Amino acid sequence: MGDKAGSLTTNMMHEDLIRPLILTGRRFYLVVAVLGAIVLWGLAAWGYQVRTGMGVAGINSPVFWGVYIATYIFFIGISNAGTLISAMLRLSHAGWRHPVTRCAEAITVFALMVGGMFPLIHLGRVWKFYWLIPYPNERGLWPNFHSPLVWDFMAINTYLLGSFVYLYLPMLPDLALIRDRVAGWRRRFYGLLALGWSGTPVEWHRLEKAISILAVVIIPVAVSMHSVVAWDFSVALKPMWHSTIFAPYFVVGALFSGIAILMVAMVILRRVFHLEAYLEPIHFNNLGLLLLTFCFLWLYFTFAEYLVTWYGHLPDEMAAFRFKVEGPLAPFFWGMVLMNFVIPVPILAMRKTRTVTGCLVASLSILVGMWLERYLIVVGTLSRPRLEFAWGHYAPTWVEISILMGTVAYFILLYVLFSKIFPIISIWEFKQGRRLRAQKPAGDVPVMANEPFPGVM
Amino acid sequence: MAKWGMVIDLDRCTGCEACVIACHAENNLPIVGEEESAKGRQHNWIRIERYWEGEYPHIRARFIPVLCQQCDHAPCEPVCPVYATYHNPEGLNAQVYNRCIGTRFCANNCPYTVRVFNWFDHQWERPLDEQLNPDVSIRTRGMMEKCTFCVQRIRRARHQAEDEGRDIRDGEVQPACVQSCPTEAMVFGDLDDPDSRASQRARSRRAFRLLEELGTEPSVIYLKEDEWVEP
Repeated sequence: MGDKAGSLTTNMMHEDLIRPLILTGRRFYLVVAVLGAIVLWGLAAWGYQVRTGMGVAGINSPVFWGVYIATYIFFIGISNAGTLISAMLRLSHAGWRHPVTRCAEAITVFALMVGGMFPLIHLGRVWKFYWLIPYPNERGLWPNFHSPLVWDFMAINTYLLGSFVYLYLPMLPDLALIRDRVAGWRRRFYGLLALGWSGTPVEWHRLEKAISILAVVIIPVAVSMHSVVAWDFSVALKPMWHSTIFAPYFVVGALFSGIAILMVAMVILRRVFHLEAYLEPIHFNNLGLLLLTFCFLWLYFTFAEYLVTWYGHLPDEMAAFRFKVEGPLAPFFWGMVLMNFVIPVPILAMRKTRTVTGCLVASLSILVGMWLERYLIVVGTLSRPRLEFAWGHYAPTWVEISILMGTVAYFILLYVLFSKIFPIISIWEFKQGRRLRAQKPAGDVPVMANEPFPGVM
Repeated sequence: MAKWGMVIDLDRCTGCEACVIACHAENNLPIVGEEESAKGRQHNWIRIERYWEGEYPHIRARFIPVLCQQCDHAPCEPVCPVYATYHNPEGLNAQVYNRCIGTRFCANNCPYTVRVFNWFDHQWERPLDEQLNPDVSIRTRGMMEKCTFCVQRIRRARHQAEDEGRDIRDGEVQPACVQSCPTEAMVFGDLDDPDSRASQRARSRRAFRLLEELGTEPSVIYLKEDEWVEP
């Protein structure tokens, strides 16, 4: 590897990575307009729901939670991936990480922002959402710290703040670099955001230190975040929710879908911004192998979860089990197995198909599969409460579908705007990575301890 | 303080649903109509579950009225993020409508599925609006609600007793469902008072509690000659 990246001159790099921020094509406006229209439609659907009542959604008794909560777990899942993957790559000094970190971190921030909207979208009285915040008030009322929903609220906000800082801090040198190369309002804009970065050795030293501290701290925050989401379910006294492995199961699922969305984002960025020299097949190969590992981890957890339920054969548990595996949700269940395992594993396992396109296909399949998994968890259990008389069904309405589409479009829109305003590849880290690679023959660079997988050299 | 409880004799229950109607009238429950009911949005605080046993012609219907079991260890309470559902000093599982923000977590975590959500605002057609009970507040869309053991009647009896400087007498408080039961299958009273009718009935060898194995400690006690098999 390194050949393509090595042939890039610094000027070419600046040109490649800064040009998209300044020149705007017709295609950009078109994409923003289409996404914006979908977002507005979703917003209108939500407004209708707030004014009319939650009854415009398909949820009912006993399925009190539906698409909103399933999508909530899904988004929190993919949010977990960005920062976590980036932090793990940084801590393990993966030599190939440099062009990947920022697009991963940006996914985290936007997925969290969008995912965090769902608990509010699903509130019956959303205009009272601030009662979830522990603020001092004259009536001495506090939220209930025993409730997993309050843990959720805190965990989301902590992780959002953490991953925002983790995205912003390593961006300072790049913002300063752009500041020094543009004119007019852009200069003022990037200058303001660069916080007066001037690139002195002291600044570099502090930045490196801050990043390494953040990378360590953000990992437990990310893991606890998705564990708390899992506990929303597993602390409840419900068949097939009340499970001890839910927290790690959710974290694995989160990383799984997170790597998938990262690869999808990388493929698109590569095409749109012509970043073939930066996001090379080696990156897709390595992330593809990571994704393959997670296919098996996911299967292992899913198997463990369903095996124990089936073997125990408790009637209440089996009602939910049957509803999912052989009942009305069976197409979703087997679709999930197909999308999460049967389709991606052969693609990712064979070197011939572990290409950029292959990774894209596998990743898209996994994203759909993981959404199905979240849907099955929420709807499968709720449709089969303990008293048979209360059993029910659920199907989403146009309002839920519209809001789902609107939020997905919003997520993409935020990402598009971000990559338009900020360099989506960390310029200084990329340079640093290249320099370290070039120095390698000298022998004493510990950062290179982790070579890319040898197969594709 | 009394420990309020209800005893329901399934051997006396005919499944007539008078309790359901009485509850609607007393607690200002809306009539949501056929369409909403079909979607699983029946607005009942008490329901008669009907199960069929055997095959025609040897078929038997079994009935069980299910309402909020007023659990001592209520799974709905800890999960509410804003304390909208909590244990009041009388041991009742209370629902504070004004405080509810509508997460519906309590309803999910109720093993008896007896909590009712307000999917919409409700209207009472004339002249039904004139029979609304002034002692019970009207709930708006987005709020959770459920059986309160007719807490407004308990309150009134307590005030009356306090004014007269005495304790509440056994049988003085009757929730609407109990009052309307034509076969007197339901009895309400203080389970801490060993002489109350409810206590006496609760000591029956026929007594059992619904989903008792979950450890929720319900305050509703059922009586049945043969074992009640959970379907």
